[in-house]
Amino acid sequence: MTQTAAPLAPVLSDIWDADKPWTLRTYSDHHGYEAWKHAIRQEPASIVEVVKNSGLRGRGGAGFPTGLKWSFLPPPDGGPRYLVVNADESEPGTCKDIPLLMANPHSLIEGMAITSFAIGSNHAFIYLRGEVVHVYRRLLAAVREAREAGLLGTNILGTGYDLEITVHAGAGAYICGEETALLDSLEGRRGQPRLKPPFPAVAGLYARPTVVNNVESIASVPGIIRGGIDWFSSMGTEKSKGHGFFSLSGHVTRPGQYEAPLGITLRELLELAGGIRDGHQLKFWTPGGSSTPIFTAEHLDTPLDFDSVAAAGSMLGTRALQIFDETVSVVRCVTRWLDFYSHESCGKCTPCREGTYWLRAVLHRLEAGKGEEGDVDLLVDVANNIEGRSFCALGDAAATPVKSGIKYFREEFEQGMHTPAWELFPYGANALFTELAGAAR
Amino acid sequence: MTATATPKSGTPAAAEGVNVTIDGVEVSVPKGTLIIRAAEQIGIQIPRFCDHPLLKPAGACRQCLVMVATPDREGNVREMPKPQASCTMEVSPGMVVSTQRTSAVADKAQHGVIEFLLINHPLDCPVCDKGGECPLQNQAMSNGNAGSRFTDVKRTYAKPIKISTEILLDRDRCILCQRCTRFQEEIAGDPFIDLQGRGGGAPGGAEHGMLPQQIGRFDEGVLGFSGLGEGVRDVAETDNMVGPDGDAGLLSGISYTVGSAEMDATGRPFSSYFSGNTIQICPVGALTSATYRFRARPFDLVSVESIAEHDACGAAIRIDHRRDVVLRRLAGEDPAVNEEWITDKDRFAFPWQSLPDTVKTPLVRDEETGELVPTSWSEALALAAQGLAQAAADGGVGVLPGGRLTLEDAYAWSKFARVVLGTNDVDFRARAASDEEAEFLGHKVAGSSMDVTYADLESAPHVLLVGLEPEDEAGTIFLRLRKSVLAKKTSVTTLAPFATRGSTKVRAAVVTTAPGTEASTLAAIAAGGGELAELAEALRADGAVILVGERLAQVPGGLTAALELAGATGARLAWVPRRAGDRGAVEVGLLPGLLPGGRPVSDAEARVDVATAWGLDGDRSLPAEVGRDLATILRDAGSGDLAGLLLGGIDVEDLPGAGEAERAVREAGFVVQLEVRTSALTRYADVVLPVAPPSHKAGTFLTWESRPRPFGQVFATSSRSDAQVLDMLAAAMGGALGTHSLESVHRELSELAAWDGARQPAPSVPAEARAAAEGEYTLATWRLMLDAARGQDGEPYLAGTAHRPVVRVSAATAAGLDAADGDRLTVVGPLGSVTLPVLVTPMPDDVVWLPLHSPGSSLYRMLGVGSGGSVRLEPAARATTGEVLR
Repeated sequence: MTQTAAPLAPVLSDIWDADKPWTLRTYSDHHGYEAWKHAIRQEPASIVEVVKNSGLRGRGGAGFPTGLKWSFLPPPDGGPRYLVVNADESEPGTCKDIPLLMANPHSLIEGMAITSFAIGSNHAFIYLRGEVVHVYRRLLAAVREAREAGLLGTNILGTGYDLEITVHAGAGAYICGEETALLDSLEGRRGQPRLKPPFPAVAGLYARPTVVNNVESIASVPGIIRGGIDWFSSMGTEKSKGHGFFSLSGHVTRPGQYEAPLGITLRELLELAGGIRDGHQLKFWTPGGSSTPIFTAEHLDTPLDFDSVAAAGSMLGTRALQIFDETVSVVRCVTRWLDFYSHESCGKCTPCREGTYWLRAVLHRLEAGKGEEGDVDLLVDVANNIEGRSFCALGDAAATPVKSGIKYFREEFEQGMHTPAWELFPYGANALFTELAGAAR
Repeated sequence: MTATATPKSGTPAAAEGVNVTIDGVEVSVPKGTLIIRAAEQIGIQIPRFCDHPLLKPAGACRQCLVMVATPDREGNVREMPKPQASCTMEVSPGMVVSTQRTSAVADKAQHGVIEFLLINHPLDCPVCDKGGECPLQNQAMSNGNAGSRFTDVKRTYAKPIKISTEILLDRDRCILCQRCTRFQEEIAGDPFIDLQGRGGGAPGGAEHGMLPQQIGRFDEGVLGFSGLGEGVRDVAETDNMVGPDGDAGLLSGISYTVGSAEMDATGRPFSSYFSGNTIQICPVGALTSATYRFRARPFDLVSVESIAEHDACGAAIRIDHRRDVVLRRLAGEDPAVNEEWITDKDRFAFPWQSLPDTVKTPLVRDEETGELVPTSWSEALALAAQGLAQAAADGGVGVLPGGRLTLEDAYAWSKFARVVLGTNDVDFRARAASDEEAEFLGHKVAGSSMDVTYADLESAPHVLLVGLEPEDEAGTIFLRLRKSVLAKKTSVTTLAPFATRGSTKVRAAVVTTAPGTEASTLAAIAAGGGELAELAEALRADGAVILVGERLAQVPGGLTAALELAGATGARLAWVPRRAGDRGAVEVGLLPGLLPGGRPVSDAEARVDVATAWGLDGDRSLPAEVGRDLATILRDAGSGDLAGLLLGGIDVEDLPGAGEAERAVREAGFVVQLEVRTSALTRYADVVLPVAPPSHKAGTFLTWESRPRPFGQVFATSSRSDAQVLDMLAAAMGGALGTHSLESVHRELSELAAWDGARQPAPSVPAEARAAAEGEYTLATWRLMLDAARGQDGEPYLAGTAHRPVVRVSAATAAGLDAADGDRLTVVGPLGSVTLPVLVTPMPDDVVWLPLHSPGSSLYRMLGVGSGGSVRLEPAARATTGEVLR
């Protein structure tokens, strides 16, 4: 922190270096559950209003105003309403929610309590990616601790308000991060996206009004309640207020979680992270996971807020900054991403199911230097035939890396017609871990 | 009731129009209309695969993408950035839609999607059943690219797999539109297939252990699960299906490792009575039928619209034939009757009409050997005429025409009995019957117009089923009820001994009723109060319907009580027989006390009315006494009181009793049989006159609603209908029947239509108390849709989808016999016994259920009793589970 870089804004990560930060004791020692104890004595509507006015936008990628989403719920009709937290984090590169839940699960629990109270829900769910068993255990323990402390359960803090939180482990499908597929999966069905309308706010979980929010969005709520609108909006930019995790991975000296005000630039983040690994230069990077169009060195100073990134032709997404240096073949990278999207396509709609199958086949050909005349144009056209034609956003996400990769590095794809990528960019050169360097290819 | 009813015309109709513009053409459609339907109304076809008007929108195939623009708050029409699926989006006021005809973006999107659908689609078209009538093929031509840009390796599967004995699946042809799975879940309620796996997979199939998304049933043999431990037996049964390389085809659904949860209640892999519809709505050739596979090309087939002959529902069908051979039958479209669905029996059970046992020429007894030998029509008619005339003079001829006749043929039988044989000894009922039923039919059913229709079922707030299991006995009614129940318009109550799968699927409330107690239960409902007060109230609602099955005839007082309940509540009452000809037979008076049009025999005015229409005069009048019914005819024919029998399509297995029926026919004096195929009774006939099966003649079936369902002749043949044969027989006996043509029959029928005189009085039969002796159980039974009926002969693939016969007893009964699910139990009746696997079912302790006429469970022949009879139970030698499942 000796550099002149923009300051970090550790809020959710503030206590990560405290003793056992995942325990209720440590969390309470650092103002934990103060916001909940305050909020539960307020009018629910006033909490919605505060979150709305704070300018908090969804941290799951799309950036939809969180308070506004809550206000879409129809008026109470006496039946159940649900809060569902989307913790099915599985986008390539994205790695913010899992560490947060590992280190500070109570920030989410407290945020869920406040949110549930605000929207009139008595049962909230966490849909957690199933592979992270250690996080699952930690969440279960955190819920139990909070329950034993009277912060959840029945007649919470003597107010008469009841809340149960169910932690559900998914079975490992990327599609279940799509909110309606998540709801189907949570209901015990095959995880495939639903037709909209009806939207979850009207008929979500068990066909009841439901709010689906990202982990980080909900975990940010206690801070807003405790710190106030002014504190929250003092961070970030005009239209992208507050703090957020920036997850740097790849060819940087110190990869990791950097919680900072929105609007920080990659240049500033790289300074914090000690720059690109020694002796190498930035080649390309993703601003928010593999489904956001890639950026190059020319975007080093693009403010990482929703609107600036969009204006530069990409999406802020989940702020998963995958950094690739000049040793990396774009063709190889895009091919791996497409392997992922093809594997994770749920299969419901034609463009995504068949389009990713096709893109993948062509990309593997190009990576092996066996491309054919016209393959690059074919890739662009197939990607265009997927993008905007699929049932949900997964199809768009699959088209994005292909299109942006070709946009910035078309010549590398053209080279795939005669030279394998591993000859142009020896795979050993970019391996981060030496034991993998030998086995690369 | 009617006085307080609100007029239906007062309800706001769907007149609330929404104005939209599609490709520059303005159209007003009802609110809630999908864009794709609105476009159809102005003749614009948007290509589609997953869309089906009777299924819920899916939006899966993305073929129907169009550009949509809607007015914003200021009224500026703004185009949405992405093309939209027109099969999922409803119209909104001021919407402007541009289809592939006017939007280059929409056109490119559609070309892109069809290209995607084709990259992994095999070039099977030259050998595929669907080739020539394939939506994918057609739309690839009309909305696709001429060439292919895909040069990589296609996804392949072992093919085909059997998802039932009847339905085969080629997964590589499947475009995953989910029409089949949606049909099974939304319409039939038998989700025996579903999506499994994920994504597009890889050329070799599975990738990282993940199977590509595909349609299938839960079968480890296909899903390739491992580590299931010992005892995992792969699909190994030899079958008559051949794989692509001449090896044995993959079998699915036969695997013994399938757990109990995936079995249906009868212990076999799940099946559905309606599965054939999935083949028809499959927009590619992924689903094919074992019967039709590789048998024909659609463009070689001649299609004739017709009506299904297997039940009284009158489902519209299409018969496809080539060179005088029927190759398949499809569902016809009739929104008023079967919509677009038919039962598997209506679809697949057609070979019976052309089996080798078809009677091709008249047969007579050889004077020397006594054997039946072929002869000429003239000789056979002369012999039959002579014998019948003699028998009529000697003591009379009993007439048993059976329940499968067309209206026209039934009319000829009715007229022949009265005019030529001079008798009222005629009864169409080849099944358990009663006098009470005959009175009920004469009072309530005959001569009544369409009082309750399918549309009425769909709009009825409540439907009470008595002695009727629609899924087994009237599939089209079942589907319509289920549709209405799922739409939350109708609720259903059934009087039955237990909750069947069928009644579960229409979410019916079950009033547990042991056979024989229906009458007292109905009376209790009519009396009101108690637990049944709510049901009585539901039946008082405007539009409520009571459906009684033909089985209620076996319950003394049942039909009386049903009439009284209808009278007490104002609910409308309809009678649902099982056979296609039953309703028409009632209409033309094929009953001992009934003349055509509901005219009672006992009414002199009615007799004069009919005699006049039939041109009888002077000393020639109609017999005035009510004739003998089925049981009496058989008894008197056996004893010699009747000197002859004239038999129509009668299966001796259908006739109640303990073998008396067959004995009676054997002992009968002179027997003439009019049959399509030789039957068990043919051996006792003196003269056999061949008559045409339905596909060889034209005619009309009356549905249970009394809706006429005319159908045309499929083939040009020399076969003669019953009406024509009887006309010739009458001529040979010196009379004139005038039934040689449909026109003449129709002319007479229209003359006899309107009878405004009194009907037969309502039956008044008291309910009987049930008295079960110690150690005896009351038998509950009915016909399953797919069973051992002769109408399903020649269709082994269909037979494979039938429910396995089981014996159902209560848990207490099973415990008393030390029997558990899968054990075998022997049911003992007066004639013999039936041994079947046990299925413990929540039902009354003193009742036992087994199918009436399924393989190994033909109760009249094997036990000698039917529904309501008394039987005993004995544990059978224990069998292993594996054997039972076979």
